[in-house]
Amino acid sequence: MLTLKGIKKTFNKGTVTEKPALLGVDLHLDRGDFVTVIGGNGAGKSTMLNSIAGVFPVDAGTITLDGTDVTRLSEPQRARYLGRVFQDPMRGTAADMQIEENLALAARRGKRRGLRVCITREEREEYREKLAILGLGLETRLADKVGLLSGGQRQALTLLMASLNSPDLLLLDEHTAALDPKTAAKVLELTQKIVTENGLTTLMVTHNMHDAIRLGNRLIMMSDGKIIYEVSGEEKAKLHRADLMAKFEEAAGAELASDRMLLG
Amino acid sequence: MLLALQGAVSQGILWGVMVLGVYITFRLLNIPDMTVDGSFALGGCVCAVACVNLGLNPWIALLFAMIAGAAAGCVTGILHTVFEIPAILAGILSMISLWSINLRIMGKSNTPLLQVDTIFSGIVKATGLPQSLVSLLFGLVFAVVIVAVLYWFFGTEIGSALRATGNNEDMVRALGVDTRQTKVLALTIANALVGLAGGLVCQSQKYADIGMGTGAITIGLAAIVIGEVLGRLTPGKLTAFAPRLIAVVVGSVVYFIIRAIVLQLGMNANDMKLLSAIIVVAALSVPVVSERLGARRAYQKGGAA
Ligand SMILES: Nc1ncnc2c1ncn2[C@@H]1O[C@H](COP(=O)(O)OP(=O)(O)OP(=O)(O)O)[C@@H](O)[C@H]1O
Ligand SMILES: [Mg+2]
Repeated sequence: MLTLKGIKKTFNKGTVTEKPALLGVDLHLDRGDFVTVIGGNGAGKSTMLNSIAGVFPVDAGTITLDGTDVTRLSEPQRARYLGRVFQDPMRGTAADMQIEENLALAARRGKRRGLRVCITREEREEYREKLAILGLGLETRLADKVGLLSGGQRQALTLLMASLNSPDLLLLDEHTAALDPKTAAKVLELTQKIVTENGLTTLMVTHNMHDAIRLGNRLIMMSDGKIIYEVSGEEKAKLHRADLMAKFEEAAGAELASDRMLLG
Repeated sequence: MLLALQGAVSQGILWGVMVLGVYITFRLLNIPDMTVDGSFALGGCVCAVACVNLGLNPWIALLFAMIAGAAAGCVTGILHTVFEIPAILAGILSMISLWSINLRIMGKSNTPLLQVDTIFSGIVKATGLPQSLVSLLFGLVFAVVIVAVLYWFFGTEIGSALRATGNNEDMVRALGVDTRQTKVLALTIANALVGLAGGLVCQSQKYADIGMGTGAITIGLAAIVIGEVLGRLTPGKLTAFAPRLIAVVVGSVVYFIIRAIVLQLGMNANDMKLLSAIIVVAALSVPVVSERLGARRAYQKGGAA
């Protein structure tokens, strides 16, 4: 479904603030894979997801989605393959527009937009049903402005929007990080439900190792712009937080060692 | 005085067409579009030249005014999106260039429309009604039709993507819409309306002047904020889209009534631009200041408790 080959990205190339963020990332996801991504701050997790989404062009490598090479496509052109939820609840929805208008915009992701009415009556009914499944009482507030919703409600709505007309790949970048623990748990539960019910191929970044182990069928760990550890299936299910912590230390240690080598 | 008021209302409605254009960029796209000063005069100049020098039908002249305005908006849009020039600067560049272009088009700094037919003159001759009343009625028809068309358009898939662009560009791109296209489209439509309004005003006042658009953007913003303040005073607070558009036209009429009154009271017409700027500053700063005062009061209350 998704194949990354040798993806490299350096920000602000050729300036004093030059920052290599991805140093050759290879990754393959089969249809239906649910991969959790962990790694320290600045490891390159968001950069990897943004590269897939086409937020900026990469410096090297190829990105293939559903058999199509999308490396050179713009962000809007790749949208037909991707559903996305961001860390910031504000980023995923249009605050001054109604809940149903937001859903209708998302339902036309990657499709040609014309002079047809932006939301039909049948759609409205469909959205009402889908919102009811969220269990947040939003189904009675279709005409409310999204700006009136709480962060958790907005994330749940964004999640629903991202899953409309089954994207080939769902990108979740710390989508529960801005929520309180209880709301975060609820949104994660919804995530799992939506992903399983629609059989979505998913890439989910999280800082919560427990969630990273518990959810999905594969786990990858990133450090310094590279994937340094990968585990799946049975082995992943048996993982413990401590194992992952050890891996982290190992990665950090290697970095320290190489620093020492440079200094020495 | 009554005559002056009637004149003010008819002027307000014709300028209301421009204000609708400014509303699209300022409120829906979040861009204060400086092109307006130039494209309004462009509409007037093109209309005058089409009527006088080319001897065209006044309706065709209006169409040309509208197309010219649209082209100006499109240029600003391309400067902003393709060349990533900040929106305000892109507008200023268009506005400045249009000054020279308008002079080229007219070949002189003003053109009177005395001997030619306007869209109003036929009715005036046929019915004997005063010109200002006829332009008021025509203005009303134009305003109603344009509000209806805008209401329809912003309810379509493209229109809705355009509104979302002003709201959350990141989201719109993630949903597969090229926001460069929606921005150019919005600027084009907005300035088409501004150009049309320039043509209408030119025909109703029977001359076009190179400086007729100077300060148009402040008039537009003042009319919008007046309309919004009036809207907030109504029971439903005017949250729906069509009433908001109507409120904007009403704001334009109220602006020109205030202007007529102020002029009657002996104020210099040239001071009007200062007054419009003060209205805009007041309307934009009152919410900010009142929120700050409110926050301070709430803090003291909390501290005492
Ligand atoms: N737009 C940008 N311009 C310059 N540098 C950037 C940009 N985006 C990211 N970086 C840098 O690239 C590196 C990787 O950042 P990235 O956001 O991918 O990290 P992350 O793994 O998502 O971290 P976090 O857990 O904090 O979200 C960081 O050093 C960051 O400072
Ligand atoms: Mg990140």
